[in-house]
Amino acid sequence: MAYNCVVLIKQVPDTKRITGEAMNADGTVNRAALPAIFNPEDLNALELAIQIKEKFGGTVTAITMGLPAAAKILRESLYRGADDAILLTDKRAAASDTLATSYILSCAIKKLKYDILLCGRQAIDGDTAQVGPQTAEKLGIPQITYVEQLIELNNQTIIVRRNTGAGWQEVKAQLPVLLTVMDDANEPRVGNAKRLMKYKDVLAPAEITPDSGIDIKELEKKGLLIKQWSLDDIGADLNWCGRDGSPTKVHRIQSVVLTAKESKTVEPNQAGITNMIHELIIDKTIS
Amino acid sequence: MIKVNRQGEVWVFAEQHDGKLEDISIEILGRAGELASKLGVKVAAAVLGENVAESAEKLIHFGADNIYLAEHPLLGYYQTCSYAKILCEMINKYQPQIVLYGASPVGRDLAPRVASAAKAGLTADCTDLQIGDHEDKKSGQIHKNLLLQIRPAFGGNIIATIINYDRWPQMATVREGVMPMPLPNVGRKGKIIRHPVHLTHSDLPLEILREHKREKKVNLKTSRIIVAGGAGLGSRENFRLVWDLANCLGAAPGATRAAVDLGFIDRDHQIGQTGTTVRPSLYVAVGISGAIQHQAGMNASQKIIAVNSDPTAPIFNIAHYKIVGDLNVVVPMMIKAIKERA
Repeated sequence: MAYNCVVLIKQVPDTKRITGEAMNADGTVNRAALPAIFNPEDLNALELAIQIKEKFGGTVTAITMGLPAAAKILRESLYRGADDAILLTDKRAAASDTLATSYILSCAIKKLKYDILLCGRQAIDGDTAQVGPQTAEKLGIPQITYVEQLIELNNQTIIVRRNTGAGWQEVKAQLPVLLTVMDDANEPRVGNAKRLMKYKDVLAPAEITPDSGIDIKELEKKGLLIKQWSLDDIGADLNWCGRDGSPTKVHRIQSVVLTAKESKTVEPNQAGITNMIHELIIDKTIS
Repeated sequence: MIKVNRQGEVWVFAEQHDGKLEDISIEILGRAGELASKLGVKVAAAVLGENVAESAEKLIHFGADNIYLAEHPLLGYYQTCSYAKILCEMINKYQPQIVLYGASPVGRDLAPRVASAAKAGLTADCTDLQIGDHEDKKSGQIHKNLLLQIRPAFGGNIIATIINYDRWPQMATVREGVMPMPLPNVGRKGKIIRHPVHLTHSDLPLEILREHKREKKVNLKTSRIIVAGGAGLGSRENFRLVWDLANCLGAAPGATRAAVDLGFIDRDHQIGQTGTTVRPSLYVAVGISGAIQHQAGMNASQKIIAVNSDPTAPIFNIAHYKIVGDLNVVVPMMIKAIKERA
């Protein structure tokens, strides 16, 4: 039987490449100075969904919530093998914490047909790993976190291996279910050249400026328009969205500047090193 | 969610496996006790499982005033939905103002499910917790005595302090190894409050078919001395230098994520934001540049020795002893100096 997979993806600043230039004077991160990338483990989630489609048939839909620029990772999903892409974008969703984000995503997902929801274990900007489980709770479906391997998919039953931190478990569940996928699960494919040619002109309405000369209707006719939903389109209650819908708020942000209180330079020769070891023995650091 | 409840207790979700309490829960209990005494309320632990009376007793020794105990055969092994259901019931009934969880695989699976069901806030992976006031810039209103939930963000490049002033309980997961273990007092007395458990099989949607437990190859958290190697070692063979130095110091060998990814050593040895957080008496960093993600896992070390050929390596900013030189020369000299003393 065929399965409908919906993959929750996120565009994130590439936090592994933060340099001094990306930090503002007040210690906050200048997001604009960082390249925006496809959250790495979301690529593993997408890969797993595409593999399921290839083996069993069905569809893969990628969905993201973010700024219009996030349409970029939706295009990348199409290049890799997604059938459909949805951009959730709305100014009123800004400053949503994980609870508000999961509420908004769940409203959108309720409009879709799905058997398996997949997302990366966590996003590298916040590292919270919360949106997956919270979305599952809002939809009233079970979650299986830290998935390393799909073992079996048969009718309405799924068996996966999950990492427990102290080993692994094989877990069986009835669909629908939400999986959070680890980077060990697979090697995400790169975009396929044919698909790239097919989808390279795909745009979301929010990316199209009136003076661009692009005809939205024409694009839609060619199947090159990304579905775009606002909070109204998904029937979200605004009380649960954005800043007002978010119980957690930022109290303070500080930049990380770590320095040792006292430090000594040790000459890289035997005398210098023996002296250092001697000091550490005297102060009982080394016994 | 529950309303702001200033009389509410400070709770710890006590994680246990097969009746054995996890260290992380005791670490958090220590800090929870400090927070509770600042707020003038009691500190309590929620214990779910089967045959967990011993864990309850132990938690009292480590500082819990009250234990909320849910014992049932269907709670014998952890499952997200069953545990979340019972914990939500307890929270609604007893209205704690703070609930803390270990940022362990179980804590990070359970806490968001509870937060979503309770429509309460949750901050992940805190490295510090304090009590403080927050001024709402918009309204000018001051919210007193909130839980300040302090955590690294953006890959460890910034430290964010998060608060939740209206949709309680205030909840956070806490990173393992960042809070010191409290000392037990076997004479301490506490109260055990039993919570009735009504579960059906629909509360247990997963079936655990097989389980494999793997012993960790190294216990970095309890090691007094750690010798850690980075990409600068160059190869798995050359990583031998780290093992040799560790052996003669009676130390545990650690590594950066880069060294692990390059296959120099097993992932159990990884220190940093995505590995273990350590706070040893002595940390020897060999061929480690000191990316912020690595520093996040070891900067609480009492003394740091850094060996690196690059004088601009960030590790030198936090090192107490800086050795700019070729590690292939310096490490054997260190081994020689230690052996001569012994």
